[in-house]
Amino acid sequence: MRHGRYRFIVGFLAAPVLLYVVFVISPYVQAFYIALTNWKGVSANPQFIGLENFSRLLDDEVFWAAVRHHGVLLLVMPLVTIVIALFFSFLLNLSGGQKGGQMSGIWGSKVYRVIFFLPQVLAVAIVGVLFQTIYRPDETGVINGLLGKVGIDPVGWLIDPNIALLAIIGVMVWQAVGFYVVLFSAGMSSIPKDVFEAAALDGAGRYTLFFKITLPLLWDTMQVAWVYLGIAAFDAFALVQVLSVDRGGPDNSTTVLPLEIWRTAFNFSKFGYASAMGVALFFMTITFAALTLRVTRRERIEF
Amino acid sequence: MSNSVGMPGDITRRQMLRRIGLTALVAGPGAGLLSACATGGGSGTAATASAAPSAGGAVSAANPFGVAADAPLEVVIFKGGLGDSYATEVHEPLYKKAFPKATVKHVATQQIAQTLQPRFAGGDVPDMIANSGTDLMDNGALQQEGQLLELTELWDAPSIDDPAKKVRDTVAPGTVESGLIDGKPYLMNYVFSAYGLWYDSALFEKNGWTPPKTFEEFKAFCEKAKAAGITPFAYAGKNASYYAYWMILISAAKIEGNQLLVDIDNLADGVWKRDSVKQSAAAWAEIGKYMDKSFEGLIHTDVQTRQNQGKIALYPSGSWLENEQKSQTPKEFKYALTPTPSVTAADKLPFEAIRAAAGEAYIVPAKAKNPKGGLEYLRIMLSKEGARGFTEKSGNITVVTGAADGLDLSPGTASLSAAQTAAGSNIVTRSDFENWYKELETDLRKHTNALMFGRISADEFCEKMQKAADKTKADSSITKQNRTV
Repeated sequence: MRHGRYRFIVGFLAAPVLLYVVFVISPYVQAFYIALTNWKGVSANPQFIGLENFSRLLDDEVFWAAVRHHGVLLLVMPLVTIVIALFFSFLLNLSGGQKGGQMSGIWGSKVYRVIFFLPQVLAVAIVGVLFQTIYRPDETGVINGLLGKVGIDPVGWLIDPNIALLAIIGVMVWQAVGFYVVLFSAGMSSIPKDVFEAAALDGAGRYTLFFKITLPLLWDTMQVAWVYLGIAAFDAFALVQVLSVDRGGPDNSTTVLPLEIWRTAFNFSKFGYASAMGVALFFMTITFAALTLRVTRRERIEF
Repeated sequence: MSNSVGMPGDITRRQMLRRIGLTALVAGPGAGLLSACATGGGSGTAATASAAPSAGGAVSAANPFGVAADAPLEVVIFKGGLGDSYATEVHEPLYKKAFPKATVKHVATQQIAQTLQPRFAGGDVPDMIANSGTDLMDNGALQQEGQLLELTELWDAPSIDDPAKKVRDTVAPGTVESGLIDGKPYLMNYVFSAYGLWYDSALFEKNGWTPPKTFEEFKAFCEKAKAAGITPFAYAGKNASYYAYWMILISAAKIEGNQLLVDIDNLADGVWKRDSVKQSAAAWAEIGKYMDKSFEGLIHTDVQTRQNQGKIALYPSGSWLENEQKSQTPKEFKYALTPTPSVTAADKLPFEAIRAAAGEAYIVPAKAKNPKGGLEYLRIMLSKEGARGFTEKSGNITVVTGAADGLDLSPGTASLSAAQTAAGSNIVTRSDFENWYKELETDLRKHTNALMFGRISADEFCEKMQKAADKTKADSSITKQNRTV
C-alpha cells in the first residue's frame, strides 16, 4: 500500500519537476557558467575568464545605479502597497460593523472590490502605454492637464531625474494594490468571527479591531505579500522599458537590473557580463526572500 | 540588427540603409550562413553555365566594357517601396536603345534571397541585381564566396553624359566608398539620403523667416520663433536622442572636417575633448535652451506631428521624414531641408555641407553570363537620363549629382535635391561607431539628452563622452574596428 502511494505521488510529480528542471533550473545553472565566460552570444565555444565579469561589476556605475534603485523600490513599493491594500481590504470587509452575525464591509464594497482588482487583469504593457498618456510631461498629459486647470505648471513626471523613479513606483503600486486587497480579504475572512464578536462586546472600536485583532491575525498573509512584492521590486523591467526616457533614463535615474541585463546581452552582445549581472540579481533576490521570512517569523496563532 | 524593440518607421529605414550600405563593409558574423546553405547543391554545373555565350563586343568609347551587342541581359529588381517601373520603363528601354539586338529579361521579386540563392548555388545567375529589402542577400558573404564582380571598372569608365569625366566623378562624394567590401568597390549604392534640419517652407514664408546659416542667426531665429509662439527647435528625447547627436556630430565635423568622424570611430585618444566637439556641443546646448523640457518625455512621432501642426519650426532628421509623415502632413505643409548652421567663421566645411549617405545596393554577379552587360546597365543607371527617370518613377533622388534638377518633385525631395546640388563635394560622412560600439552609442544618447535639456554643460558632455570612449577602448571584450575614410 505504502509502495503504491509513492508511485502515485511520483507519477504526478515527475512531469512538472522535469519541466521545472529543463526550463528553470538548467538555465539558471547555465547562467552561472556563462557568467564566468566572455560569451558574446554567437560563437560556439566561449572562453572561460574566471571572475573577471564580477570584478568589472564592482566599478560599473550603471550597475550600481540599478542596485540603488532596487533598494528604493524595495523600501517604498511593498510598504506603500501593503498599507493601502490593508486599508482598503479592512474597509471592504470589516469596517461596516456586524450584519446578521457576519462582519461586513462599507456600503458598495462589492463594486469597489471589482474596481480595485481591475488594474490587475491588465497586461503590464497596456498599463505602461496607459501611463505614458497619464504621465505625459506637457499639458496634454492626463495629470498635467488636470494640474493645468488649477493653475499648476506641468510636472515632468518621467523626465525629472528626481521623481522619475517614484512615478514608476506609483504605477507599480497602482497595479499591485488590487491583488493584495483580494489576498488580505481572503486572510480576513479566515479569521473566526467570534474573535471579532468578543472584541466588539468588550467595546473595541474599528481602530482597535484593526490594530489589535486583524493585523496580528493577518501576519502570515502579510509575510507572503511582503516576499511577493519584494521579488516584484527586483523586476520592474516592463514598466521601466515602456515608460522611462530612453530606457532607464534620464541619466540612469530609473534603470533596473533586468533592463541592464537585457541591454547588455541583446544590445551590447555581452552575454557573459549580462549573466554575471543576472547571477548578482539572483543572489539579491534569494537573500531578500530568506531574510524576510526569517526576520518576520513569529509565533503562529492556530485557530 | 542594432536598434531594437519599440522604435517604428525611421529605425527600420535607418537599419535598412545601414544594412545595405555600411555593414557590407564589415562582413558580419552571419557571413558563413549563406555559404553553408549554398554548398548543398552541386557546383559542377556552374563552370559550364558561366561560359560566355558570344565572344564579346569591341571596346569603344560608347561601349567601354565591350558588351556583346546580341548578348541577352537578365535584370532582377527588388519590387519594394521604390517599385520596379524605373527599371521596366527607364533603364531597360535605355539599354535596349543602346543594344537593339539584345533581349532584356526582367524579373521582379520581393524576396531576393529566396529567389536567387538557389540560382547562385546552381551557377545560373542574372546579370544585375537590386539587392534590397528585408530578404536581401548578405553582400559580405557573397563577396567572400567570390560571387560579386568588382566595380572598379564601372567607376573608372567614362560617363555617358560627359565622356571626359569618369563615372566616379559624377556621383555624390562617398558613394564609391559606401560600396566597399574589404577595401574594394562591389556595391553600387544608388539612392541618396541626407540628414539635416527639416522645416515647413510654407510656414517660414508666411512669417518671412529664412533658415539660419550661422549659430548667431540660429539664436536670433529662435527668439523670433519663440515670440511667434512656435518652438524653434525640438527633438524627441524619449526615443530619438540620436537625431540630436547626429546634429552635434555634423556640426563638429563641419568645424574640423570629416577626419573628426573617422577619429571618433577609431576611438582616438582625447577625440571627444577636441575643440570642435566642445564648440559644437556648446552651440547646440544653447539651442536646447529654447526647447520645452517636456520634449524629453515625448517620442519622435509626437514631435513630428507637432511640427506638422505648425508648433515646431526646425526638426533634426533624415530624408525619410517626408515619407514617414505622409499621412499626418497637412496639404499646405511643405517639407524642406536646411543644412546645420555653421558654428564658427573658420569652419572647414561650408554651411551648405550636409551629412549624406548612399543606400540601396545594386550588384553584378561575378559568374553572370553577361557581366559586361550588367556593368553597362549600371553605367546607364548612373547617367543623368537614367537617374532622372529613376527619380520620376520612384520619387527618390539618386547619387548622380544634379540629375534631378528641374524635375517636378515632392517639396521635401526637391529641397533634398537642391541641398545635394548646393553641397557638391562638401559631404559630411558617416559615423560607424553607432553600429560598432553600441555601449558608446547608448552613453552618447544619454549624455546628449542631459546636454540638450540643460543638466550638464558642454565641458561635462565632452568629459563624460571621452570617459565612455576610453572605457570602450579599454574593454578587451569589445572587438575593435577601424576605418580610414
